[in-house]
Amino acid sequence: MPFRGFFSNLRGAISRRSTDTEEPLPNQEELNRVPGAELSSRLDPWWWLVVAVAFVIVLLLVLKSDPYWNILLFVRDGLAITVLLTVVSFVFIVVLGLLGGLGRIAKNPVIHLIATLYVEIVRGVPLLVQLIWWYFAAPVVIQAIGRLLHISAIANYQSNAILLAIIGLVICYGAYMSEIFRAGIQSIHQGQMEAARSLGMTYMQSMRYVILPQALRVVLPPVGNEFIMLLKDTSLVSVVAVADLTRRGREFMATHFNPIEVWTLIALLYLIMTLFSARLISWMEKRRRFER
Amino acid sequence: MSEPIIYMENVHKYFGHIHALRSVNLEVQKGEVVVILGPSGSGKSTLLRCINHLEVYNSGKIIVDGIPLKSAQNINAVRREVGMVFQSFNLFSHLTVTDNLTLAQRTVRKRDSKEAKEIAAKLLAKVGISDKAECYPGQLSGGQQQRVAIARALAMNPKIMLFDEPTSALDPEMIKEVLDVMLALAKEGMTMIVVSHEMGFARAAASRCIFMDEGQIIEQGTPDKLFSSPSHERTKIFLSKVLQL
Repeated sequence: MPFRGFFSNLRGAISRRSTDTEEPLPNQEELNRVPGAELSSRLDPWWWLVVAVAFVIVLLLVLKSDPYWNILLFVRDGLAITVLLTVVSFVFIVVLGLLGGLGRIAKNPVIHLIATLYVEIVRGVPLLVQLIWWYFAAPVVIQAIGRLLHISAIANYQSNAILLAIIGLVICYGAYMSEIFRAGIQSIHQGQMEAARSLGMTYMQSMRYVILPQALRVVLPPVGNEFIMLLKDTSLVSVVAVADLTRRGREFMATHFNPIEVWTLIALLYLIMTLFSARLISWMEKRRRFER
Repeated sequence: MSEPIIYMENVHKYFGHIHALRSVNLEVQKGEVVVILGPSGSGKSTLLRCINHLEVYNSGKIIVDGIPLKSAQNINAVRREVGMVFQSFNLFSHLTVTDNLTLAQRTVRKRDSKEAKEIAAKLLAKVGISDKAECYPGQLSGGQQQRVAIARALAMNPKIMLFDEPTSALDPEMIKEVLDVMLALAKEGMTMIVVSHEMGFARAAASRCIFMDEGQIIEQGTPDKLFSSPSHERTKIFLSKVLQL
């Protein structure tokens, strides 16, 4: 449903201008008092930046279709891989981050230790190194384990570049996400948990119905930030045999020798995706805003 | 005297080096309204929070409504029978007033949504805020929030109500509306333990007042007796300061 918000934003902007001179909007005052419908949330001028970048891309494609249109045709499957990698990884990252965050605040010392070790170790190794490890080292390790256990299916394991890239991204980003969720949960006043527990709710019920819904509102901006960073960091998988947008760009350049056009277009494609994501996140933030 | 509904024997509680409760013995009968007084840091709130195990006591014995506070299962069973009202209301800020009242009914008491809503509506009428049923806590005044918090606890049909300084965070003109609700509750025969400095409420509703200092129960008695002729020096000093106001 994000488009509805987008277009009503634009409509709001247009209709406001056209009615300014005719008659004052009668409900403006009342609308401003409705949570989530304040003037500021209906008009988001930064959508115009998305439109402007989209316009530049279209302009290049139309006015200089050779080479821009040819580049786009060549890299479009890479574009799809980049989107797929980002979306699929992100779903698992949120799940892993939630579990990691709960583990970091768990009273059980074993769970706490595992979650903390995970975060500390994974955070300390560069993402690129992790991706390379998963692609080159992990399959060898898996095959060795298979030989050790005499299970031929594992011993003959054939690596799947996209799958290993997703694993690498999820494990690395899951650590950062764990810290975001931990901070979000801890930002909710302790009295909320006490009130829920005093009503007889279990720890898990209190988390599920009282703490997490409130924490979600707090973590939405940093989680959105992670999404945008992830979208850009997927370009690193181009070094581990995944034909994403960046790798396809390199392949095109290798045969056509026109770096300026290739990397300008690729940069613009990343930019339009991140700008669009940023708008969606900001729109979601405003929708989730309610009276405290 | 019948079996007490709350029984505490030789309860000790430490916060690190601080000895917050020193050998507290307390029996509360069904239908009693007990008001606990004492200077800040005397262990009043800690005592209250031990009864529903929001604080873990270090040694001693607590039995609530025949259930010893030991295993996690027992603790949840006790919490179902004991309602609690906090100084800072602690309403669930992401839920409407009605949802605040129905959440635990549905998840803990397993009532269906319709039944829970009916009970919520009845209780909101009782505390006089039916018109705010669909508001969020942030849209209510402090007094209204505290009345919702009382209704939320009552929705679980508790046998005992604990009040932890329920009026301390309120503006003066809102204190009365909350005390009125508590007075009505006391008249209905609810077993109540109230940590409060509201002397008027203690006089009007308390069947017993307890004075605490430094983690110990110093003395107890009917409000008349305790206020007019306290026997301990510390009680006298405290009361002379409080009653001056």
